[in-house]
Amino acid sequence: MSQTLSLSTLLAVPMAPLVGALAAGILGTKFGGNWIGRRMSHSLTIFSVFLSFVLSAMTLKSVALDGARFNETLYTWMVVGGLKMEIGFLVDGLTAMMMCVVTFVSLMVHIYTVGYMEEDDGYNRFFAYISLFTFSMLMLVMSNNMLQLFFGWEAVGLVSYLLIGFWFNKPSAIFANMKAFLVNRVGDFGFILGIGLIVAFAGTLNYTEAFAKAADLAKLSFPGTDWMLITVICICLFIGAMGKSAQFPLHVWLPDSMEGPTPISALIHAATMVTAGIFMVARMSPLFELSETALNFVLVIGAITALFMGFLGIIQNDIKRVVAYSTLSQLGYMTVALGASAYSVAVFHLMTHAFFKALLFLAAGSVIMGVHHNQDIRWMGGLRKYMPITWITSLLGSLALIGTPLFAGFYSKDSIIEAVHESHLPGAGFALFAVLAGVFITAFYSFRMYFLVFHGKERFDQNPDAHHGHGHGHHSEPQHPHESPWVVTVPLVLLAIPSVVIGFMTIEPMLYGAFFKDSIFFAEKHEALKEMAKAFHGPVQMAWHALTTLPFWLALAGVATSYYMYMVNPALPTAIKKAFMPIYTLLENKYYLDWFNENVLARGARALGTGLWKGGDEYVIDGTLVNGSWKLVDWVSGTVRRVQTGYLYHYALGMILGVFVLMTYFVWLK
Amino acid sequence: MDVKTGLFYFFAILLLIAAFRVITARNPVHAVLYLVLAFFQAAALWLLLKAEFLAIALVLVYVGAVMVLFLFVVMMLDINVDSARQGFWKHFPLAAVVGVLIALEMAAVLMGGFRVNEEPHAAAALGKATAELSNTKELGKLLYTQYLYPLEIAAAILLVAMIAAIALALRERKDSKHISPTVQVRVKAQDRMTVLKMASTQVAPPADAGAAPTAENKA
Amino acid sequence: MTLTLGHFLSLGAMLFALSVIGIFLNRKNLIVLLMAIELMLLAVNTNFVAFSYYLGDLHGQIFVFFILTVAAAESAIGLAILVLLFRNRSSINVDELNMLKG
Repeated sequence: MSQTLSLSTLLAVPMAPLVGALAAGILGTKFGGNWIGRRMSHSLTIFSVFLSFVLSAMTLKSVALDGARFNETLYTWMVVGGLKMEIGFLVDGLTAMMMCVVTFVSLMVHIYTVGYMEEDDGYNRFFAYISLFTFSMLMLVMSNNMLQLFFGWEAVGLVSYLLIGFWFNKPSAIFANMKAFLVNRVGDFGFILGIGLIVAFAGTLNYTEAFAKAADLAKLSFPGTDWMLITVICICLFIGAMGKSAQFPLHVWLPDSMEGPTPISALIHAATMVTAGIFMVARMSPLFELSETALNFVLVIGAITALFMGFLGIIQNDIKRVVAYSTLSQLGYMTVALGASAYSVAVFHLMTHAFFKALLFLAAGSVIMGVHHNQDIRWMGGLRKYMPITWITSLLGSLALIGTPLFAGFYSKDSIIEAVHESHLPGAGFALFAVLAGVFITAFYSFRMYFLVFHGKERFDQNPDAHHGHGHGHHSEPQHPHESPWVVTVPLVLLAIPSVVIGFMTIEPMLYGAFFKDSIFFAEKHEALKEMAKAFHGPVQMAWHALTTLPFWLALAGVATSYYMYMVNPALPTAIKKAFMPIYTLLENKYYLDWFNENVLARGARALGTGLWKGGDEYVIDGTLVNGSWKLVDWVSGTVRRVQTGYLYHYALGMILGVFVLMTYFVWLK
Repeated sequence: MDVKTGLFYFFAILLLIAAFRVITARNPVHAVLYLVLAFFQAAALWLLLKAEFLAIALVLVYVGAVMVLFLFVVMMLDINVDSARQGFWKHFPLAAVVGVLIALEMAAVLMGGFRVNEEPHAAAALGKATAELSNTKELGKLLYTQYLYPLEIAAAILLVAMIAAIALALRERKDSKHISPTVQVRVKAQDRMTVLKMASTQVAPPADAGAAPTAENKA
Repeated sequence: MTLTLGHFLSLGAMLFALSVIGIFLNRKNLIVLLMAIELMLLAVNTNFVAFSYYLGDLHGQIFVFFILTVAAAESAIGLAILVLLFRNRSSINVDELNMLKG
């Protein structure tokens, strides 16, 4: 039997971070008069996010163990025609899980920021932004209608923009935040088309009502074409997800978003914001299940992203970029799972990925702090002696990422591979190849980074563009890296724990149990999950069984190859690069997508704008219409004025001729 | 041909000759005088048409007043006669063509539109009362009953014309002390008066030093 | 032959035509221009009187009456303007009077 959750608890979950954000953002900055200082600001925001987390955990317990649900409208904003625009909450298994993930990772990032952003002037502003982000993301996941979802969607996009461009005096940061916003906008355009179609044909924004009409919608075709309406809707919605969750080709903003401080790379571009698209598709599963074409599209795009982004991760030298491409690749995995109708698997991977990716990013941040703000992994090495906690947690995170049995990532990744294996969609073959190849590639680049950073020779004194970290004073000899303070390492440890155990603990209830029973819907013919359920005999057994499956050996091969290439024979990578130079150039230029976007699309748009300005506005409107009208009048009057000669006899002549003409007319022509 | 027709031709030909000379005379005074002649002929023709009042009015008013006015103006203005005649015959062909055309057209219109070969109409109607009624009286009767309003307007027009002509040609008398009231009202105190700063007592010049103290002692 | 309306009308037409020619020819002499206008008016008046006689309607003569009035007024004003022009420009040459040129 299900009970209803308490409204005030649920309301406090997003509102607490909002209050913290407003306090830190207004009172803690020059805008509000610098009333509260750093301690107060970070204490307020950390406390409010902690409160949010505790309440989310309580909600999760009620939802999971007591079967409680909540689906109500809190406030009707307006009613236009028959369309109601409301604010409401829908809390079921999917929402509760997302709430916990978001608040936990946010809490870890808040605590981490105390150490990471210690020397920054915009300290209070940063806390305000990350709390505001938490609020927006919570509103997104807790919403019960598409309008609020879109509000949350846009709000997280906005906060992402603000945070990527946090160091707004850096031109590269500004370029990156504009790029992120604009690419997101492209996705949002598709998203709003999808929402619009749903409003037009179902007449409602509310999830429950729209899903109830889904079966009827599936019979309609898009007016004027012979495409199924539901396919068009789902593809449009997925385009939104492509923008937000950085699927190919709208992925170009994510690597650039590494311009922002590392805490936000962890929070936004790994764990939460980029997963909003995955969440949205999972939430809309009743709609997606009705369109095989859309699912196939999702599957293929996800597969492309998973594989090709992995390739790019191999050649990156910036520690954050490696993790960024890894995120892109893993998002591709989640999308592939969605396409294979295994929504719960996708969301499960979302959860495990949130933990170990946030861990990897925060660890990378810790490393960056340790080597005095150098981010190039070529000039690191042997850091395990100096930063033990960071080292161990990084190792655990990497193992989780590559899918080592018993770790969290293993359960989710292998489930994805199995789900794709069971799928009958046309793109499933390519997708299976992509996710399997991706296992090798993921292992390879993850451990390439691991070995180059923590093992091998120490190279941090060989950095050609070394710069001393600000505020550390001058030293005569090269500095040694040091471990980060406890505010940085404690979150690392706290994130490492779920990265290891959460998969093991939750796979059974989430995938094969009733956790997502009424959140996620899948059709009878997409019975991937059912087949998997038949083969599943518990997490331990799954781990044992994995030793005989392909993914395990591929991952092991990846680790071994990277060990060989970077530890045993470091000259080999350079030799391979020389031999495959064209491929290397292609990868280095990120498949020339950025070049295409900047030179074809952006320049083309600017050219179109300039053309319309010069040709349309200046020439046609200003020149022909505005100036032309007076010039015409001028010319006409200039010609007509010649009639006025000022000579009397000319006028008299005119009169006489006029009389003559009139007489002729009346005499002969009448 | 009876007397009437003969007289008509006589007057008409004189009229046309006079008109021609008006426009082609070298000396403007001659032109005016020819115009006077033309008007006289026209008056005679009108008499033939039994419009006595108008004929006399033409002579008295038009010739007597308007033509005299023309003559005054012509004699008053010092016109350079020679330069006024330059290029005169250059335009004659075009003018002649236009003139002939107009004449023919008018003739065609008027002849075509009216029964021109008939005897005068109400000669009969007029005939029986001709002995008693005079043209003037008939005109008067018509004018002061049916056309009273236009008559008054015509009077106003004449008044306006007179005022206009005077206002246009008026020149100020040079010895008049008249000042425009507008100018008088706009006068300001500083246009008429200047305030100077001076010491209230002046030091007397040394030549009168002897006389001044004694005058002061006495006062 | 008897005197008909036609005679008078053709006389009027010829007189009118003469005055039109006069306007054309006299570019250099404004006074003759004004006189040509008087001739025009005379031609018209003759027409009216002729009509009045031959149609037996006295209204034609009334109209001539008014035309005479207005013609007198008009020539007075015209001559006043001429005098003023001469005072300012020392010329009655029509060719030189183009200050109102547009």
